[in-house]
Amino acid sequence: MDHRELKNLIARVKDGAMSRRAFVRRVAAVGLTAPMATQILALGGVSAQAQTKFAYKPTKRGGGGALKVLWWQGATLLNPHFAVGTKDQEGSRIFYEPMAGWDAEGNLVPMLAAEIPNVENGTLAKDGKSVVWKLKKGVKWHDGKPVTADDLIFNWEYARDPATASVTIASYKDVKVEKVDDLSVRVMFEKPTPFWADAFVGTRGMLIPKHLFAEYKGDKSRDAPNNLKPVGTGPYKFVDFKPGDMVRGELNPDYHMPNRPYFDTIEMKGGGDAISAARAVIQTGEYDYAWNMQVEDEILLRLEKGGKGKAIITPGANIEHIQLNSTDPWTEVDGERSSAKTKHPLLSDPAVRQALALLVDRKSVQDHIYGRTGIATANFLNNPPRFTSKNTKFEFNVEKANQVLEAAGWKKGSDGVRAKDGKKLKLVYQTSINQPRQKNQAIVKQAAQKAGIEIELKSVTASVFFSSDVANPDTYTKFYCDIQMYTTTMTQPDPELFMNQFTSWEVATKENKWQGRNITRWKSDEYDKAFQAAQGELDPVKRAALFIKMNDLVVNNQVVIPVVYRPRVAAASLKLQAPLSGWDNDFWSLRDWYREA
Amino acid sequence: MSQYLLRRLLIALPSLLGISVVLFTILALAPGDPFEELATNPAIPPEVREALRVKFGLDDPVWTRYFRWLTAMLQGDWGFSFASRVDVDELILGRVPTTLIVIGSSQLLALLVALPVGVIAATRPYSIFDQIANTLAFIGFSLPTFFTGLLLILVFSIYLDWLPFVYRADVPGSGWPWLWEHIKQAIMPVLVLGLFQGASMTRYVRSATLDVIRLDYVTTARSKGLRERVVIVKHVVRNSLIPVVTLVALQMPAVFGGAIVTEQIFRVPGIGSLLISAILANDTPVIMGVTFVFAILVILFNLIADVLYGWLDPRISYR
Repeated sequence: MDHRELKNLIARVKDGAMSRRAFVRRVAAVGLTAPMATQILALGGVSAQAQTKFAYKPTKRGGGGALKVLWWQGATLLNPHFAVGTKDQEGSRIFYEPMAGWDAEGNLVPMLAAEIPNVENGTLAKDGKSVVWKLKKGVKWHDGKPVTADDLIFNWEYARDPATASVTIASYKDVKVEKVDDLSVRVMFEKPTPFWADAFVGTRGMLIPKHLFAEYKGDKSRDAPNNLKPVGTGPYKFVDFKPGDMVRGELNPDYHMPNRPYFDTIEMKGGGDAISAARAVIQTGEYDYAWNMQVEDEILLRLEKGGKGKAIITPGANIEHIQLNSTDPWTEVDGERSSAKTKHPLLSDPAVRQALALLVDRKSVQDHIYGRTGIATANFLNNPPRFTSKNTKFEFNVEKANQVLEAAGWKKGSDGVRAKDGKKLKLVYQTSINQPRQKNQAIVKQAAQKAGIEIELKSVTASVFFSSDVANPDTYTKFYCDIQMYTTTMTQPDPELFMNQFTSWEVATKENKWQGRNITRWKSDEYDKAFQAAQGELDPVKRAALFIKMNDLVVNNQVVIPVVYRPRVAAASLKLQAPLSGWDNDFWSLRDWYREA
Repeated sequence: MSQYLLRRLLIALPSLLGISVVLFTILALAPGDPFEELATNPAIPPEVREALRVKFGLDDPVWTRYFRWLTAMLQGDWGFSFASRVDVDELILGRVPTTLIVIGSSQLLALLVALPVGVIAATRPYSIFDQIANTLAFIGFSLPTFFTGLLLILVFSIYLDWLPFVYRADVPGSGWPWLWEHIKQAIMPVLVLGLFQGASMTRYVRSATLDVIRLDYVTTARSKGLRERVVIVKHVVRNSLIPVVTLVALQMPAVFGGAIVTEQIFRVPGIGSLLISAILANDTPVIMGVTFVFAILVILFNLIADVLYGWLDPRISYR
């Protein structure tokens, strides 16, 4: 890192494009200590107060009237442990809180916790095998009972019980939780775990009260009356719930944070479609906030003109990408196509893969299809910034693709399609039915044609493509096709879970009912080793370097061709102040929401 | 009469059974998975999805699932929603009042428009009034509700900003402001449904009245020196309404069907929007429940139409 680079970094911190913490991490990677980094920042003119922290202005609790939010898919249940989709998590998040949430930069923010565990005061074990979570003093459930360590233990037992069939089970099943004192518990891991903030944190960490759910653990979980009548610790108390339609709450007068919440009531209306939800917020101002604006940017921009609201774009790392099949989708081996035992006849040639990567015009896809809602990228792992690779770049170059193919011996035939050893360069490209995706397919097809690759387009209804129906040949996990495109989501700011989709033990096969997460069926010892090393690496800088290496392996071998990464888009009234995060629910910080006068 | 009723009800049973078999098979054959959202979320291990499938019995063969559903249904257990894990009958009952309010008021509006317009048009056939009424009626029932719905939203909510286009079943408050809020939000959905119904009904009323008005007894009434008003109201309309009444009853299920789209557009939390969201979520028990309710409605209103017809027209007897 030279002088100029450092200056640039400081400038980015100054204008808020980079957080202090990210800066410290970045310079730590080149061997500077944290206090040193802070000093550099101070010298660069960024004071310690300049942290990009959300400023909460209201000076008293309540008085804000009604907060009306629109979810075009209404919440269907209000138990966070059964929350199938984000809509249900969001509905639950109004009333329930986790120990800590994730802010926009992927940093932990205490919610029910007294503090974030750390090595300095011993709450985070140096060997990475345990962490102590301390509850804030004096937090009460909405019915007045105190929140204690027993509640934490109960949530662990409740979620990890397979009979409960909770969707949060993965965060709890492999850990052990023991009581330290009335307000703290110790979470113990089997192995050193660098990503320790999973159980009790974020979307899967919301706590339900033991005294109301204790009788409904396991098989009886469906019968709990409080599945529909939440009693939590959140800023709003439960009033009424109509599944799929309306969730209503009112101010919690005993909320554990001063001057919060601002609104007297909250109303979460469900149903309808994304475009009319955008209209109700941005154009007519009937509602204050709307979730998940799956609307073309062009329409959003048009609505924003002279409207009463705006689109809020929150960075995340969901990535729209093209997968190249490593196996042969057209030959059946042991009752399955795309069997891991085969090799793709065309795509096993690195030249073809390189050419394909050169033929995806990502810039145009961003400019003409996604706008602000999809940013062209060379990387598979795009965020948080500390995990972003700087070693990759993307290029759209038909000329070069032609050269690469020519050099590898793929010669153009009379029909303009290249061939080698009697194999024609013809590929089938599938994706789900969704207008932007079909436009994207057309852009790729056109460019490929110019390079002598014939691409046949195939689109599958989303409800089939994304289903786990073992009997259907058109699901994305079966991948009975040469190349396919969809968005894969990254739900946590830590990429461990996200990057396991290229490990060799995750390959989707008939044996695991195509539930393995490695859809491309690519296998690499180097990748596996890097992944295993990252799983146990406690040094955050070295760990980040390992993930960057994994990203580079995937990108440079064209296992996938990243197209655009998709930030989260919400619509909000111009007056509404709502800190959002790409790493947690929209309501992760609902307590801080207020309306400017 | 009661024997006839009994026979009709007994015939209804096998038809309902047949309907349920067809529905269930179609749903079972249709692609999709209620736990689709779990499949694309990396944080949820596949075992959870498997466990849920087993728990909800989704991996059993179709006929096992059907008989399980049928035996539960016969005992009054409608099953529970995969999405919200709430009992289906509870979900449907929660939605019915809203649907009834919207559909009821739109039917009322349709009648209020169709009766006078149809009768007046029939008494003065081919007059200017008749021509205009006819043209409007044709326009009315050829425009689909999803189009008029969006058009109204565009005009009254977006350009004029007079009416809200998101329907809330539980508006807070009480008294007159509360009632006004309710009326304001109901205007557009009721107009869309009511005018669509009213348009076709106007045509029926007109033709039924035209049939009657030419009959000899009407001429007799006129030659007795009765006033035109009395002739129309007492002698003509009474008899011309007989086919219209049965028609209204027969159309009721269709109205419920038409309301599905309207409910979705205006976010009216009725059974129609419940059906749509259940279909999108592949929530089989709810889809079965709602479509079954629709099936019962069709059969019920057919019966009501037949019974009403006989009651209004003594020439018809039941055997």
